[in-house]
Amino acid sequence: MYIIIALVALVFLVLTGVVISRLQNVLKSVNKSDSPDAEPSGNKWNGAMFIVILIVGAVSITWSYLHAREFFLPEASSIHGRRTDDLFWFSMGILTIPFIIVNFLIFFFAWKYQHKKNHRASFYPDNHKLELIWTIVPAIVMALLVFTGWKAWSDITSDAPRDAEVIEITGKQFNWIVRYAGVSDNKLGDYNYKLIDSQNEVGIDLSDENSFDDFTNPSEMHIPVNRPVLLKIRARDVLHSVFIPHMRVKMDAVPGMPTKFWFVPDKTTADMRAETGNPNFDYEIACTEVCGQGHFSMKIRLIVEDEASYKKWCAEQATFLQTYPEYLAKVPENLKAKAMKYVPAEAATPADSSATSTGGAGSSTSLR
Amino acid sequence: MSAIEGLETAHHHETEHEHHHEAQNFWQKYIFCEDHKVIAKQYLITGIMWAVIGISMSVIFRIQLGLPDSNLSWLKPILGGWISDSGKLDPNFYLALVTMHGTIMVFFVLTAGLSGTFSNFLIPLQIGARDMASGFMNMLSYWFFFLASVIMFASLFLQAGPAAGGWVIYPPLSALPQAHPGSGMGMTLWLASMALFIVSQLLGGINYITTVINLRTRGMSFDRLPLTIWSFLITAVLGLISFPVLLSSVLLLIFDRHFGTSFYLSDIYINGEALPNVGGSPILFQHLFWFLGHPEVYIVLLPGLGITSEVIATNSRKPIFGYRAMIASMLGIAFLAFIVWAHHMFVTGMNPFLGSVFMFLTLIIAVPSAVKGFNYITTLWKGNIVFTPGMLFSIGLVSLFVSGGLTGIILGNSALDIQLHDTYFVVAHFHLVMGAASAFGLFAGVYHWFPKMFGRMMNTTLGQIHFWLTFIGIYLVFIPMHYVGIAGFPRRYYQFTSYDFTHKFMDMNMFISIAAILSFLAQFIFLWNFFYSIFKGRRAPQNPWNSNTLEWTAPINPGHGNWVGEIPAVYRWSYDYSKPGAKEDFIPQNIPYSQTLESNFPHENELIATEKAIESQNYNDQFNAH
Repeated sequence: MYIIIALVALVFLVLTGVVISRLQNVLKSVNKSDSPDAEPSGNKWNGAMFIVILIVGAVSITWSYLHAREFFLPEASSIHGRRTDDLFWFSMGILTIPFIIVNFLIFFFAWKYQHKKNHRASFYPDNHKLELIWTIVPAIVMALLVFTGWKAWSDITSDAPRDAEVIEITGKQFNWIVRYAGVSDNKLGDYNYKLIDSQNEVGIDLSDENSFDDFTNPSEMHIPVNRPVLLKIRARDVLHSVFIPHMRVKMDAVPGMPTKFWFVPDKTTADMRAETGNPNFDYEIACTEVCGQGHFSMKIRLIVEDEASYKKWCAEQATFLQTYPEYLAKVPENLKAKAMKYVPAEAATPADSSATSTGGAGSSTSLR
Repeated sequence: MSAIEGLETAHHHETEHEHHHEAQNFWQKYIFCEDHKVIAKQYLITGIMWAVIGISMSVIFRIQLGLPDSNLSWLKPILGGWISDSGKLDPNFYLALVTMHGTIMVFFVLTAGLSGTFSNFLIPLQIGARDMASGFMNMLSYWFFFLASVIMFASLFLQAGPAAGGWVIYPPLSALPQAHPGSGMGMTLWLASMALFIVSQLLGGINYITTVINLRTRGMSFDRLPLTIWSFLITAVLGLISFPVLLSSVLLLIFDRHFGTSFYLSDIYINGEALPNVGGSPILFQHLFWFLGHPEVYIVLLPGLGITSEVIATNSRKPIFGYRAMIASMLGIAFLAFIVWAHHMFVTGMNPFLGSVFMFLTLIIAVPSAVKGFNYITTLWKGNIVFTPGMLFSIGLVSLFVSGGLTGIILGNSALDIQLHDTYFVVAHFHLVMGAASAFGLFAGVYHWFPKMFGRMMNTTLGQIHFWLTFIGIYLVFIPMHYVGIAGFPRRYYQFTSYDFTHKFMDMNMFISIAAILSFLAQFIFLWNFFYSIFKGRRAPQNPWNSNTLEWTAPINPGHGNWVGEIPAVYRWSYDYSKPGAKEDFIPQNIPYSQTLESNFPHENELIATEKAIESQNYNDQFNAH
């Protein structure tokens, strides 16, 4: 790469040299007027440049493409991801044809039809048949691309299968918080942004019994392989965007408007480590909607594992109520008994008293 | 030929005109001037200054991205506290740079600098009018732009920095000062500046439209208008319809920021506090913004395409191929421009069905664009091409327009946009098709009409070298940037070290940055050439490019009113280049068919009968109303 940079710099240097030498000639002849029959100034070398750049450009684009190819579209790990990858390369393949033809014609014609003395251009103002052809041909190609794209898009954005694993991901400045539906009821509880505080970071509403077994995680997301995963996406402060490059997943997180995206991951983290030969490989989730100072590092690890280890991991996680038993105070009286199941035994007994003694959930930051 | 007669009378009248203008003082002549030519130059010079600032910003953040380990202490004298003691760029200021680069380049350089300059300069001169329909409104338009510029410029010096939420200023980030330092006073000034800028654009746009419709000279029917004028007319209509929508979105954002409304805000918890706003939608802002934002792309690009049409035809010495198809495709693009905005929003959570509709409409735009591309190429075919710098930039524009446009077909496909949205692929795409292509239109226009603007010639060789360095530089920057985008690099990232998936292409990013710096340096050749030639350039001949359009029949240094005596009448279209049988390879628009019997086509001989009627009209001369 340094060699190329050096080469480019060299080209620029040479051209700058040409500039300076030309400049001196030009300054000398600044008051000389062109005679009408003279060759237009610099026409020869500019014509030649078109051919030179055409050839050099073709070679360097081909070379750089082959050189950069290894990093293109990181290995897709979801079913729809491979489909959009194929579609991408299919479209790119089709579009390369006009790219080459059109640029070739522009450069070639510029060189071929450069000014010649005593020559006159052809008066050729229109040709309806030609214009019809190059209106219809692109229209047909577009129709093909629209159709394939539309099919893929409507499949990807269709409703998630009913058995999908539902996971909530919430963006805030500057990290993600993942919430799981819990092992007992497998339903995400309600939320309300007004309930957010320093511990209840996503505003879990504990008056909804579905929330009792919910658990959150601010550092990693686990998902099972080969099963549809439905991400319910939220934002707490400003716009964020969930981007999982390997899964070909991207969806904005919008305050006040929950969004969703479902996909089927089909390669576990372990599979990818073996496939890429990189023992430290990890899936990552990034933010792609500018959200402030920490935008560039809003990262969370994604772990794809087989169903059994995923279940095991979920079971090991402490529910929100287990971590912060003082929030029992927020559970309505009629559901208290049910909520007790999810509270650790030692915390459960003094739960009522702790709620009163610490003055409620909001002021118990010291417990962190 | 009257073009040559004009040459002789021009010198005589020139002195007379200078005499006439002595009555005006300096302020009237150069500052608060109502002459469209002076206003055009004001736009151009302001635009060039903004371009220097805007492109310098991109160089700074390219250094940050491509050479992250470099010590930027040498920038301390300019950027002060934004460079840390260890010589690192502040991450907040990085976002501010990205934001201001976008705002400045899109609005101040490529909208005001390009359309403002050439619509003002060329509309009266090419349609044969004394001036704009309202010189005063035209002057106001510039001074509103100037005021907007002053405010935007002042915002660069705020302690907390200028606006920094991206040039699209999506709320809530832009609405909440507690979310980012740039969302405080910086954003307030940004919004104020843009509101004034929109006023400026509307004043200008109404004027352009009125002038084109009402003040065409005798015989200048719509089917004889040069394509430049068509493009300016369509651009002005686009602006007139879409800018008010931006104004409304800006106003609502101002309300949300200062008066406690909730148009864009809902369910927000920030800095340990739940805000009371409910019911608003950030997506609403995006819809309003892109309803301008997408036509804006064409507001920027269409004048460039119009200039290119004119320059390519003139310097190929051929009529533009498919004149009517060119107009039709511009109209088609302009119409479609209004119904594709949501392709910027495929992954915002918008209803997927809408995504399908907008994908379909977006991909249709490729058809009129393809027609334009092919028509340019056919115009080159069998031409007799003179490589003036303006011509080189026009040819370059066609190449960039096509190369950049093709990747738009990928991004317009909603399924593919999922992965590529907000990555460098997008950045590379729009810089080629809209940024660089429009900038090339600007350069082409400056090189081509410089003799008319300043009565002097720019240096051709320097112009040609400037072209090649810029053209090569642009491709060296943006082709590799596509690769970086395909690898999934998100845009607006301060650095790429936080993720494994961006832990590659270090060399590619360095290459892009170095190419960007070199292309930036190449622009100084232009700056030198431009300013030197204003004062010391070779004196321009009457019609340096042997062009057909009316501006070249005006005196070399036209005074206020443009033509001495009667405004020329127009008898033919502006593309009679290399007509079979004609003595010369161009026939200006003001030559009647009765004088060119040797080259007339049969249907043109019939038009001779209409010449008397054309000559007897004179209702459009503002200085000589009958």
